[in-house]
Amino acid sequence: MSFKNFDYVGKSKIFYIFSIVITILGLVFLLTRGLNYGVDFQSGSNVDISLSKTLTSEQISSVLKEAGIDEHAGITPGIDRVNIRFSDVLTEEQDLKLRSGIEKLDDTATFEVNTVDPEMAKELGRNAIYAVLISCIGIIIYVSIRFEWRFAIAATIALLHDAFVVVSVFSILDLEVDLTFIIAVLTVIGYSINDTIVIFDRIRENLRFTKIKRFSDLKDLVNKSLSQTIGRSIYTALSVFIAALFLLLLGGESIQMFSLAICIGLVIGAYSSIFIASPLWLLFKGRNINNNNKPNAPKPNKDKIEI
Amino acid sequence: MKRIISFVGTVLVITILMAVTTPGLLKDVRLGLDLKGGFEILYEASPIMEGQQVTKDALQETAKSLQKRADAMGTSEPEVTPEGTNRIRLKVAGVTDEAEVRKTMKEPANLTFRSNDGCKEGEEFCKIELRGDDFVENGASVAYDELRRPMIDIKVKDKGKFAEITKRLLGQELAIFMDDQLLSAPTVQGVLTDGSAQITGSYSLDEAKQIRDTINLGALPLKLVEKYSQSVGATLGMKSLTKTVEAGLIASVAILLFMIIRYRVPGLLASFALILHTWLLILIFVWADFTLTLPGIAALILGIGMAVDANIITYERIREEIKTGKSVPSAVKSGGKSSLRAIMDSNLTTILVAAVMFGFGTGAVKGFALVLILEIILSIATNVYFSRFLLNQLVNIGWARKPSQYGVKERDIREL
Repeated sequence: MSFKNFDYVGKSKIFYIFSIVITILGLVFLLTRGLNYGVDFQSGSNVDISLSKTLTSEQISSVLKEAGIDEHAGITPGIDRVNIRFSDVLTEEQDLKLRSGIEKLDDTATFEVNTVDPEMAKELGRNAIYAVLISCIGIIIYVSIRFEWRFAIAATIALLHDAFVVVSVFSILDLEVDLTFIIAVLTVIGYSINDTIVIFDRIRENLRFTKIKRFSDLKDLVNKSLSQTIGRSIYTALSVFIAALFLLLLGGESIQMFSLAICIGLVIGAYSSIFIASPLWLLFKGRNINNNNKPNAPKPNKDKIEI
Repeated sequence: MKRIISFVGTVLVITILMAVTTPGLLKDVRLGLDLKGGFEILYEASPIMEGQQVTKDALQETAKSLQKRADAMGTSEPEVTPEGTNRIRLKVAGVTDEAEVRKTMKEPANLTFRSNDGCKEGEEFCKIELRGDDFVENGASVAYDELRRPMIDIKVKDKGKFAEITKRLLGQELAIFMDDQLLSAPTVQGVLTDGSAQITGSYSLDEAKQIRDTINLGALPLKLVEKYSQSVGATLGMKSLTKTVEAGLIASVAILLFMIIRYRVPGLLASFALILHTWLLILIFVWADFTLTLPGIAALILGIGMAVDANIITYERIREEIKTGKSVPSAVKSGGKSSLRAIMDSNLTTILVAAVMFGFGTGAVKGFALVLILEIILSIATNVYFSRFLLNQLVNIGWARKPSQYGVKERDIREL
C-alpha cells in the first residue's frame, strides 16, 4: 500500500493552516451571516403540503390572502408538494382557514404543520451546547484515565474542530439548520472521538514496545501507528459514509439536512483524527521529551494551533 | 465433526429464528407520529389566577385530565407526559379532526358543584353553586369514617357562602361536575359553617381518590399555552417511512457487499452478525415498547455502519498479522485479542457522548441517543463476540485457513 511509508505528521503544518483557515472562515460567516435557522429555532410556523397535483405560487398566495396570512409568508413550490413558511405562529383559526383553502384546490392534500416558540428553540440550542461541553469534560476524564492527558486534550481539540467545521460549512453554504442538525453534530462528535481513540490506542500500544530517545523516534512511531490504522480509518469512514449518503440521496426530505451534516462530519472526523489529533499529540509529547531528555536535540515543530 | 455440527447448527437455528419472527416483529414496532401521522403538542402550563404556583401535583392532575379528555374523544393511544416543572407533552396519532381536539385540550379544567335549585322540569343540575376556585388549593383529601369507609374532606375559601348554600340545599343533592361530566351527586346532610365538609357515600378507595384529585385539579386550574406543535399527515409520514427504510436497505446491502468483497470469509460472518444485530435491535424495540421515529431509523442505519467498525478493526488486524507471516489460526487469535481494547475504548467513549445526549436532550434527541446506546451495546455482543466466536469455530473446524480467504494476497506475506 502506498499509505505505508507516507509521512502523515510531517505535513502537519499544511493541515493546521487548512483547519485554521476553515475555522476563521467559519467564524467570519457565523458572526456576519449566522446560521440559516429553520422553524425549530425560529418563532413561526412551517407548513409542508403534499399534493396530488402541482399548484402554482399564485394559487397558493391567493389562498393565503383570503385567509389573511399572506404577510411574512414564504412559498416554495415543488412537484407534488409545497412549503410555506410563516414568520408568525399560525393561530388555530388561521391554520384551519389555510387547510380548507388548500383543500378547495386539491382535496387529497395532506399537511405537516410545525410550530415552535422561539423560547423553546433557544432552550434546545442551549441544551445542545451544554451536551457538547459536558461530553468534552467526560471524554477528557475518561481518556485521561485510560490513556493520558495529552491524548485527552488532542482528542478534544479534534472533536471541537469537527463540530465547528460542520457548523461553519452549514453557515458558509447557507443551509437550513433544524433540530436534527443538533443530533447530526452530536453524532459527528461521537464518530470523531471513536475514530481518534482507535488511532491513539495504536500509538499507546506501539509506545510500549518502542524506546523513544529523540523527537524523530516519536514522529516515526506516530507515522507507523497511522499507517497501521489507515486501512481501518478509511474503510470504517467509508461504510458509515455509504449509509449516510444513501440516507441523503434516498431518505425522506425531513432527514436530508441531517444526512448531509453527517456526510460532511464523517469526512472531517476522519481527516482530523489523522491530520490534527495525532500531530497535536506529537506536539504535546515531543515538548516533554526535549525538555527532559535532550535539551540540544533538534527542536520540534513549533506550530501552535488555536482552534 | 462435532464442531461442524455446532457451527452449522448455530447459524441455521439463528437464520430460521430470524426468518420466522421478522414479519411479525416488524408489524409490532410502534411507530412515532412523524411516521404514522398525528400531532404532538408541547404545552406550557401557568396558573389562571395570579399569585398561584404550578405545583407538581397540579401538573400531574392536569396531565391526567388531558389524558381523560383525549380518551373521551376516541383518539387512538393518546400519550400525555408531564415534563419538567411546567410542561406537558401530548401526542395523539391518527386524528381526523385535529382542530377540535386541540380546542378541547386547551380549555382549563372546569370543576363545578351544581344543584337543582330553581331548575325547570326535566332540567338537571342547572344551577352552578360553587366553582373550582372556591376551593382551597390542595384542600381536598381522602379520609375514613368510623366504619373505615373512604370519604373526601374538602375545604372551601368562603365560609359564609358555603354555609348559605348548605342551608338552602339541606337534604338536596349537590352534584360534582368535571367539565360536563357528572362525577358524584352527594346529598347535603347538614349546614356547614366552618368551611369544611366531608363527602361520604359508598365510594371505593379509588373512586374517593379520583374525586379528591378532581377537586384539587379544579381548585388550581392551569392555563395551557401551545409552545411547540408538530402535525404530520398520515400519507406524508408513510412516504418518509418507506423512503427512509428503502434507503436503509440499499445502504445495508452496499455495506454487506463491501465487507464480503474486502474480507471474504470473515466478511461473510460479519454480515451475518450484522443482520443478527439489526434483528435484535428490532426485537428490543418491540419488547421494550420503544417508539421508532425518523431520527431513530436514521440512527439505526448509521449504527449499521458503525457496528461493522468492530469487524473492520479486527479483520484489518488479522490481515496485518497474516502478512507478518503468522499462520492463519494464530493470526485470528492474536488479531482478535489485540483489537479488543481499541474497540472497547472507542465504543465506551461513544456511549459516553450518547449518554450525555440522552441526559440533556428532549424528544427526538433523546430517542436518537437511546438507539445509539442500544446499538453500541448490541454491536459489542454481535459484531465483537458473536462474529469472533463464529470465526474461531470455523478456524477450529479447519476451514478458512488460507490467507486468500481473508483477502490477503500471497505475495504480500512476509517470510518469517
